[in-house]
Parts: sequence; structure tokens; C-alpha cells
Amino acid sequence: MKIHEYQAKEILKAYKIPVPKGNVATTPTEACKIAEELGGTVVVKAQIHAGGRGKGGGVKLAHTPAEATKAAEEIIGMTLITHQTGPEGRLVKRVLVEEGMKIVKELYLGIVIDRASASPVIMASEAGGMDIEEIAETSPEKIIKETIDISAGIMPYQVRRMAFALNIKKEIFKDFSLLLTNLYKTFIEMDCSIAEINPLVITDNGRVLALDAKMDFDDNAQYRHKELIDLRDFDEEEPLEVEASRHRLNYIKLDGNIGCMVNGAGLAMGTMDIIKLAGGEPANFLDVGGGANEEMVENAFKILMKDKNVKAVFINIFGGILRCDVLAKGVKQAVENIKVSVPVIVRMEGTNFEEGKEILKSADFNFIIASGMMDGAQKAVATLKTGNR
Amino acid sequence: MSILVNKDTRLLVQGITGAEGRFHTEQCQKYGTNIVAGVTPGKEGEKIFGIPVFNTVSKAVKETGANVSVIFVPAQFAADAIMEAADAGISLVVCISEGIPIIEMVKVKMFLANKGTRLIGPNCPGIITPGEAKIGIMPGHIHKKGRVGVISRSGTLTYEVVAQMTALGIGQSTCIGIGGDPIIGTNFIDALALFEEDKDTDMVCMVGEIGGNAEETAAAFIKENMKKPVVGFIAGQTAPQGRRMGHAGAIISGGKGTAAEKFRAMEEAGIHVCRNPSELGKTIASVLQ
Repeated sequence: MKIHEYQAKEILKAYKIPVPKGNVATTPTEACKIAEELGGTVVVKAQIHAGGRGKGGGVKLAHTPAEATKAAEEIIGMTLITHQTGPEGRLVKRVLVEEGMKIVKELYLGIVIDRASASPVIMASEAGGMDIEEIAETSPEKIIKETIDISAGIMPYQVRRMAFALNIKKEIFKDFSLLLTNLYKTFIEMDCSIAEINPLVITDNGRVLALDAKMDFDDNAQYRHKELIDLRDFDEEEPLEVEASRHRLNYIKLDGNIGCMVNGAGLAMGTMDIIKLAGGEPANFLDVGGGANEEMVENAFKILMKDKNVKAVFINIFGGILRCDVLAKGVKQAVENIKVSVPVIVRMEGTNFEEGKEILKSADFNFIIASGMMDGAQKAVATLKTGNR
Repeated sequence: MSILVNKDTRLLVQGITGAEGRFHTEQCQKYGTNIVAGVTPGKEGEKIFGIPVFNTVSKAVKETGANVSVIFVPAQFAADAIMEAADAGISLVVCISEGIPIIEMVKVKMFLANKGTRLIGPNCPGIITPGEAKIGIMPGHIHKKGRVGVISRSGTLTYEVVAQMTALGIGQSTCIGIGGDPIIGTNFIDALALFEEDKDTDMVCMVGEIGGNAEETAAAFIKENMKKPVVGFIAGQTAPQGRRMGHAGAIISGGKGTAAEKFRAMEEAGIHVCRNPSELGKTIASVLQ
């Protein structure tokens, strides 16, 4: 689960990590008030779940409260397009108004779990402010890493090694050390999948603070972080994906026109691949899971049909725990309850597939039955070409 | 011989009284797996399909000589269950549970490093040696005893491959689902090494997916260490960047972990690559000839 910068900074503050003074505003008037309170130059920053906001015009400097009002007027309500939002961009609903400062050094600092070592890894770089992926691509030698033994936690020698590598001055070492230690603590205690400060800045008067912050949380650990529930911003998510998650379905919207319903993540990806091989484009990833019941299958089908790009549906089920008769009943209910005007191709294999086929035959709908994955994909693509039912 | 599990396996089911545990215990038992004990704290003395239930794994092991455990407990208790099994001296733990927090798995890996316990999973379908032991949630009837080893990160996609093989008359020595999480116990390399050593396995089929670099390191291992032929597939050729495709581990991030990269690594390692998941069976048949 992703959160906004201003929310991440609230969490950092709670862990005693210094962040710039400021507040979030949903109107230009509020932005003006915050700027007045802060005094001096402020920065007005668009709050969306995507990076690259500055380049897209979502971050503006304001020297007076009047300028802050104007900046907020321009940013709130704009559709911000960055390299992470896709071409459709993201509507900005809030801005963060923060004190401006004179920066003498910008660093990158981030923590993730490294798969290979099965450990938390701290990454840092003097090339702060840049996209870490870009640094990794162009100059990987500029990234330094410390692998943390989770039973010992972050050790002082690791902090020292990092500080020396980053050319941290003696005067600010203590502050840096505390910040790094606290960021690690945040990462572990909050079950982050990423905790990133980019840039971490050192100001002309020797302050060390998190100028920007990005946090993503491990969805599997949400049960022990009730405090995070309210931080979720549904406006930042695809509406169909939100609806699917309410029905415990794993759905990701894509750009094609062949809707897919599959059981199992691997087979669902394989089905998308085979649609492409057959010359089509998948409209989505949808894993109904192993334990799906008729109602979930029906809901899944309804979600597929809400995507207006979908011109054909390919149902590919390898019945294991999910029995084909259960699936067929759900699909039958769905086509009987909603008007389905696109062809539906069904491939069923495994547990109770014969009962499943009988159930589909008894429905008041002309399903196209496929005899294998490739056959199903080809039939789906063919219906698009002929426009036949 | 097959690998890791066979007719001599003495299985213990952790979470045997839960809905899932109970259902799959029955399925595994019907398949012929020798299930000797179950564990659910507080339910000692009960019997499930004739199998005695114990409060703790250590007592179950002591009383029944169980040597392999399968875990069906809810995700928030699963890391603890794995550690309990390892502490009790179980040599192979198969964790089916999906949704364990990644930090818990970091701790599990640390814990297991000092014990002689192998973990398969979590978030996996389990392991089966056709005709001998089924330990997991896979449909038993699609399998056939034979000489091809199967290793996969995905569940239903494995069933797909196995069914294609069986339809062509090709049997399997052992099929392992290693799981779809970013941190897992047994990885591709561990399983490949076991199959290379197994005199009853002639070739291996590995089914990978996007995310991480396990397939790339496995390809390098195959090139250096394996004489037996390997057929490989990667799911997620059409997956977009930055989206988690169902499995916690299936994500392309920072342009890394793409199917294209993995296929390239496999080809360079001399693996027989199959890009069409409906033709894996055929590819295996052609390599066997």
C-alpha cells in the first residue's frame, strides 16, 4: 500500500526523523494560511502517488503568501503527468506547503528487503534527488549498500561506514547516525516494503532532514497495522481494482480488449502471454484464486464487463481446488443477471470439468468452448476479427 | 527414487483441524500419503480421519516419528509454525499458507540457517512424488509416475504443464512448487541440484515468472553444473512494469525482472526455452527423444 508524501512525513516525524515544517492544504486559501504561518519562502508540492512531480510542474517555489496561493491555484485540480503516472496523468487534490531552505548537500537514502540475501538492505548515494533506478542504471558505483542482519539490527560500524562513504562531515555525524537508525526502525516496525528519503538534505545551517519521503507497505502485514487503514487514498487507485479487492479478487487493469478470468497468478500471467501470442491484447490480469466460490466468480465476471474496452472474455480455468462446476455456476449466474453482449470463450480442465460444461450448456447464453489454452486464445482473437457471437 | 518425499515419508499436518487443513488432509490421505499426525494447539486427543491430533509439534514428532510437515495455518501464524516444526527436528517443512509478512520470512530464513531443516514455500502448492506421496493442494489425478522433474513458482501453471505431460504419456519423478513469494525456502538452484543427483530423473522442467532474478541465477547454475536437459518457461511476458501480478514476488521493478531478460539468460545457459505455455508438454517430449 502506497501513501502520500505528507503522510510518510508524519510517520517519519513520529520516529524523530526531522522533516521540514509545513502542512497539507486542499484549497489555495488553506495554502495561503500555511505560508503565512511559516513565513518566508515556501515550497508548494502536489500530493500524488507518483514520482517526478517537479519535472511535471507539480512543485513550485513561492516567496510570499500571495505567491503560495497562486501556486496552489495552479496545482490543485491540475492533471499532473510524470514518467510514473502514465500518459493519462493524475488529478491533484492536495498540496503540501513547506518551509524553503538553503541546501548544501543532497543524498539518497532508502531501505528495501533484498530477495537474494533475504535481508533488509540500506542503499545510499551522494547522487541525491535523482531517481535511484536511474543512478543504478547509469552509475551503479555511486550506490553504496549495507545488508542488515535482522537479529542484530543496524550496527554502529555500518552507520560509520555509510557516513564515511557519503562524506558526511563530523559536525553532523550524530544527526545523520540518529536519522539512519530511526529510518531502519521505521522500516521494520511499520512493515515497509520501501522507506525512501530522496533527497535527504543538509542545509547551510547544518540541519539534516528528509526533504521528500516515499513509503510503501507490505500488504501481507496490514493485519497488524490498523493505524495505516485511514491513510489509503482510493482516489489514487484504479476504481475497478478497488472494487475487485473488496471482493477479494486479484485484478489489474491493462490496455487490451480481451478480458481474462483465470485461477492462479502464474496461469493468469500465462493466459495473458498466450493471448498476445495469438495476436490479441489482454484487457486485464484477473486471478480468482483457489478458494473462489460462485459469488466471487460472478463478481469477477461483472468487473470484467465494467471495462468498456472489453470486446471478448476468455475464461481459462485449471480446476484444482476451484472446481469447474463451481466456476460454471458463477459464470452462468453472471450472464443471466447482467446483459452480456460480447463473446465468452471458456476453457476448463481438471476437477469436475464435465459437470462444468453441462452447466454452461444449460445457460441461456452461447458460450464458445475451447479445448486448450492456445485454442481458447485463438478463438477469442478470432471473434474480435469477425465480430461474431 | 524421486526427491525429498516418497512412500516412506511420515507426514504431519499443522493446522489439521482448520477447514483447509482438514480438506487437504483427506485429499492427501486418499492419494496414499502416509499421514501420521496432526497439530492444532488445544485440540490434542481428537482424531481427524483416524489421524491423532497433538498440541505441539515436538510431542507429535516424539509420539509418531513424523519427519515431514505441511502447514495450513493462517498466514499470521505461519512463520511461528515453520519455526516450531524446525525446532522439533522436522527435516522438511512444506508451507502452503499465503500472505506471510516479508519481515517474518526474513526471520524464518535466519532461524532455519542454523537448523537442519529444509523449507518449501511459503505460498506454494506443495510437493508430489506421483504414486507415492502428495503433500499439498495439487490435484493428484493429473500426475503420472515417471522421470521428469518439475520445479515451478506457480501453482495452476504447474498443473497445466503436468497435465500436458501426462496427456502425452510423460510421467514425473517429483514436482515441487517453490512458491510465489519474494523470500522462499527451497529455490530453483536447490531443487535443480537435487534433480541432477537423482538417478530416477532424466530431465527437468522449470517454470519461472517475472520478478527478482532467481531464474537468471538458476540459468547460470544449470550452465555450470547440470548435465541433464532442462526445459524452461517464464510467465509474465506481457506484464506491465511496477505492478504486482498476484504473487507477492511477481513484479518488474526498475526495469528488472522482466520475462525477456529471463528468457535470454535461459537461452544463453543452453536451456530449451518454450515461449508458449500450451506447448510445454510438446517441448518436453521433443527434448526427451
